Amino acid sequence: MSVQEIEKTATLEHTGDGHHHGDGILGEQFETLEQQNNAYLIGMWAFIVQEVLFFGAIFTSYAIYRYKYVLEFTLAHHELNVWFGSLNTFVLLLSSYTMARAVRAAMQNRHKKQAIYLFLTFLLAGEFMLNKYFEYGAKFEHHLFPGGDYSAHEVVKHAKEKGELRIVEENGREFYELGKTRDGQFIAFKRVTPEEFEQRTRLFFGFYFIMTGLHGLHVLVGMIVIAILIGRAWIDHLKNKPIADYMPVEMTGLYWHLVDIVWIFLFPLLYLIGR
Amino acid sequence: MATATYTGTEKPNYLNWKTSVASWLFTYDHKRLGILYLISISIFFFIGALAAMFIRLELTTPKGDLLTSDVYNKMFTTHGVIMIFLFLIPSIPAVFGNFLLPLMIGARDVAFPRLNLLSWYFFITGGILVLIALFRGGIDTGWTFYTPYSSSFAKGEVSLAIVGIFLAGFSSIFTGINFLVTIHKMRAPGMTWFRLPLFVWAMYATSLLQVLGTPVVAITLLLVAVERTFRIGIFDPNLGGDPILFQHLFWFYSHPAVYIMILPAMGVISEVVSAFSKRRVFGYHFVAFSSLAIAIIGFLVWGHHMFSTGQSIYAGIVFSFLTWLVAVPSAIKIFNWMATIWKGRVHWDTPMLYALGFMGLFVIGGLTGLHLAAMATNVHLTDTYFVVAHFHYVMVGGAIMGYLAALHFWWPKMTGRMYPEGWGKLAAMLVFVGFNLTFFPQFILGYMGMPRRYHSYPEEWAVLNVLSTAGSSVLGFGYLLPVIYLTWSLKYGKVVTERNPWGARGLEWELVDPVPDPHNFERTPIVTRPAYDYAHPEEPTGFIPKPRPVVVGDMDG
Amino acid sequence: MWNFPLVPPTASEEGAAISILYWVITALAVIFGSIVLFGAIYLAVRYRADNNAVDRSNAVDTDMRMELAWTIVPLVLALVMFAWAAKLYADIYAPREGYYEVFVIGKQWMWHCQHPNGVRENNMLTLPAGRLVKVTLISQDVIHAFSIPAFRVKRDAVPGRYNAMYFTPTKPGEYHLFCTEYCGTKHSEMIGKVIVLPEEEFQAWLEKGGRGLATATTSMDGNAAAGGGTLTLAQQGEQTFKALGCNACHLNPNSAVKVPDITKTWGSDIPLADGRTVKGDEAYIRESILNPGAKIHKGYQNLMPPYQGQVSEEQLVQLIAYIKSLADSRTGGN
Repeated sequence: MSVQEIEKTATLEHTGDGHHHGDGILGEQFETLEQQNNAYLIGMWAFIVQEVLFFGAIFTSYAIYRYKYVLEFTLAHHELNVWFGSLNTFVLLLSSYTMARAVRAAMQNRHKKQAIYLFLTFLLAGEFMLNKYFEYGAKFEHHLFPGGDYSAHEVVKHAKEKGELRIVEENGREFYELGKTRDGQFIAFKRVTPEEFEQRTRLFFGFYFIMTGLHGLHVLVGMIVIAILIGRAWIDHLKNKPIADYMPVEMTGLYWHLVDIVWIFLFPLLYLIGR
Repeated sequence: MATATYTGTEKPNYLNWKTSVASWLFTYDHKRLGILYLISISIFFFIGALAAMFIRLELTTPKGDLLTSDVYNKMFTTHGVIMIFLFLIPSIPAVFGNFLLPLMIGARDVAFPRLNLLSWYFFITGGILVLIALFRGGIDTGWTFYTPYSSSFAKGEVSLAIVGIFLAGFSSIFTGINFLVTIHKMRAPGMTWFRLPLFVWAMYATSLLQVLGTPVVAITLLLVAVERTFRIGIFDPNLGGDPILFQHLFWFYSHPAVYIMILPAMGVISEVVSAFSKRRVFGYHFVAFSSLAIAIIGFLVWGHHMFSTGQSIYAGIVFSFLTWLVAVPSAIKIFNWMATIWKGRVHWDTPMLYALGFMGLFVIGGLTGLHLAAMATNVHLTDTYFVVAHFHYVMVGGAIMGYLAALHFWWPKMTGRMYPEGWGKLAAMLVFVGFNLTFFPQFILGYMGMPRRYHSYPEEWAVLNVLSTAGSSVLGFGYLLPVIYLTWSLKYGKVVTERNPWGARGLEWELVDPVPDPHNFERTPIVTRPAYDYAHPEEPTGFIPKPRPVVVGDMDG
Repeated sequence: MWNFPLVPPTASEEGAAISILYWVITALAVIFGSIVLFGAIYLAVRYRADNNAVDRSNAVDTDMRMELAWTIVPLVLALVMFAWAAKLYADIYAPREGYYEVFVIGKQWMWHCQHPNGVRENNMLTLPAGRLVKVTLISQDVIHAFSIPAFRVKRDAVPGRYNAMYFTPTKPGEYHLFCTEYCGTKHSEMIGKVIVLPEEEFQAWLEKGGRGLATATTSMDGNAAAGGGTLTLAQQGEQTFKALGCNACHLNPNSAVKVPDITKTWGSDIPLADGRTVKGDEAYIRESILNPGAKIHKGYQNLMPPYQGQVSEEQLVQLIAYIKSLADSRTGGN
């Protein structure tokens, strides 16, 4: 390192001037704002990588079972409302856009704009959760939550209507044939007992609720953080603060984009594949 | 001023500048958090050790006559869960990583002090939940939670214990993130990557494992709890699930986990061998990169826990091959440490005794790992006491010896007191002898086929088991001694007035006060010398005095 | 009291080979362990701080040749040992021919062994010396593991699928049998004996209907087996076949339904409707009984009802033996 570089990076006594320590922006442990911002960024990315592994493990498990029980999973996933799913995808993408605008506004210290965009993001996230509420509600109503009162009844009904399931009886026992109808002819790919069908569709909904539930939890946590940021941005606006720390917003932005990307994977894997 | 011996005790240090309970429980100071972790994991250690005592007592006689089967099964589960998740995984990183990392790199604290405090609360909460689960009837699944037993058959507080482990896992992840960023971004000017103490390299590799591995076991255990609660067939074949999938997911974390436990200890050994041979660690770059190699290859070997499950022979071959490979970087470290002692000036103080003990015991543990890496012998030895002996040699003979070496080495810096050296030596020798007596017979028992997790066994194996139990009492006593004399030293130990009582190298010794200042350094150090610079006399590295310009290489403060 | 063993008996061919490997690895471990242990102590003593008689000049802290040496030597040794062990493992556990087959079902907390001629044993397994034995394992509940230390073999008994292990007992005698995968309360009590008899004694034992805790007429659950004590496993399978109504479609010239010829199933390559080909082995037969739609024979429709939940592991083992016997009798062999 050259002398100049050392001088640039080395600090004066830590109680000296030239720091933002007094503003409350720069943490005691940091030398420069640049160092702090970089540290927060790397930390956030490390957290995101860890989240990818978390979701990745359950995505992998889902993929394994989808391969194993592809017919049952396909029939079960017809119960998912693609309309709601698409709307949610659009809402989240839009919220990522508003979030990015908020980050930009924060970097420019335009606190009112920042607060507004954050608020829009919050609203969109709320819309997402509202849609989730309706979606989940419908599932509960149709006994598709894999709890004690789960029933594959709805799945069977819709599959029959689509010509993808046929009930047959043999030796006094009932079986489901899974297949498709072509030119009026039903072609069976697989035959299962009703118990097996219930087990496997239940497994699908188990994955559905775990994956979307964990994702929804992350959205909720994000909403709480965004709400706090809105408050702070508004206060900064009212106080006419010339320079505020934009890093919390940027970090939240990164988190929010992660939440969005997880959904971008979830949506096709759960809602779309097999259609 | 920089080189003067510190005199007087009036200067406030991180221990005494604030003394309220709140100042400890809400501290952001990495040094205080290290101490908080030290106290909490010590408590967990002794609970886990108590469970071990019951195990060994039961195994003294061939019949299962001391405890009922269920209680015995709960004992070994308790022992494993507490020792692994609540003691070994946090141990060196949470205590010494926290305490030392900023000091070693010349920083005022870690990158995220508040996250650090949160980590400790996650750890404590998780630990308490686990304890509650264990005492409210307990769990008997083994620390490995194999399905479908754990998800569909086991009674007890499995889900509660899982939640506790889940929360403790967050502590691990956040500590890992904190350390990664700290090492990347908080190094003092001039502290380049290859001037870092090797302990820091070890912590870096460990942090990678913690961040990347822990989330997988988190979701896996969560799925077991979901399966238990909602009877969804993820791992239970009777419900359409696959029990082997659980094992893949579980071991994907739990194998890297053992490297989380050993890498920090290896980092400690680098520091201690160097300080007590007064020599730079031989092959610095090789030792540094071997830590990374162990971390990376360590993610690819998990299937060696599953050779007898019926997984494909090809998968087994790949896992076995990589397992043999991962042994090589550890061998590289051992030889480099030996070369460090060569032509050194060796002081046989307690930390060095533990370090030498580590080298002997870890090597035995690592070499017996080869019997297990070899597919054909693995099948005979897996799930026997051979495996129990192997992992205790590496985790206790290795990691815990490293932990005790660290505890004694950095005790003066953490407390300002010196422990009584005679007692230290005695305890180290008792631990070494007791450990070997406890666990070496278990290799023999294992080769003869004595299964794990059994509380009764054929008569002809009684003598070896009695030997093992006898050894465990010596080992237990050896562990009790430090508790007593270290605590004693807090009040009656010799006060340390110099910053570098060992004559070691490293910022924590050369620059930091005998008991560190709350903010570590008065001024940011500038590092101009390599690590372990025993070639030159002990000197603090340069500072920038305010505000005159500095010349690189200017050593005076 | 001092007459206690330090090594297990070696009573199988595979075990003898594994023993050699074990002791070679141990020898290597002792050599390297000694180098480290005694080397480190020697160095620490020789270079004691107060020993000024040693030459400490030229104390380099890096030496590429040494680094390469102690990297490459362990690496080469590692690769050699890996290859030896992997080959030995593959030789032992890959499918082999010409075996005497025993089915073993593990359940909490006992082992149930079924010989082809119908003899059953609980927590005991009687075997002939000098012949290759195949043990096909499955569990009824949680994961267990079937371990015979004297033979140096072990395999997990997993619920829902078969695992196989092969070994050739060599020495007559009695050997320990353990469950080595923790399975709940009585895991420590899930033990037994493997009894190896010389060939003629073994044949005599088989003909006499075997001996042991379970008589040949009781099944694992205490239910009366299909047939009496003199029925072979295959014959029991035939009775189960009829009892479950399989003969309504299979082996029935008047069957209303077109079904695959199960006399050809065992050991042949089965073409599937989706284009794959699978081996007609125990796993295929078991799956096709429990869930026929999983692998549909090419050219046939998916009409066979699934028997999941209708048939026990014991009955499956009988049916498999029966279907095997059909192939054998068709070819006139065994």
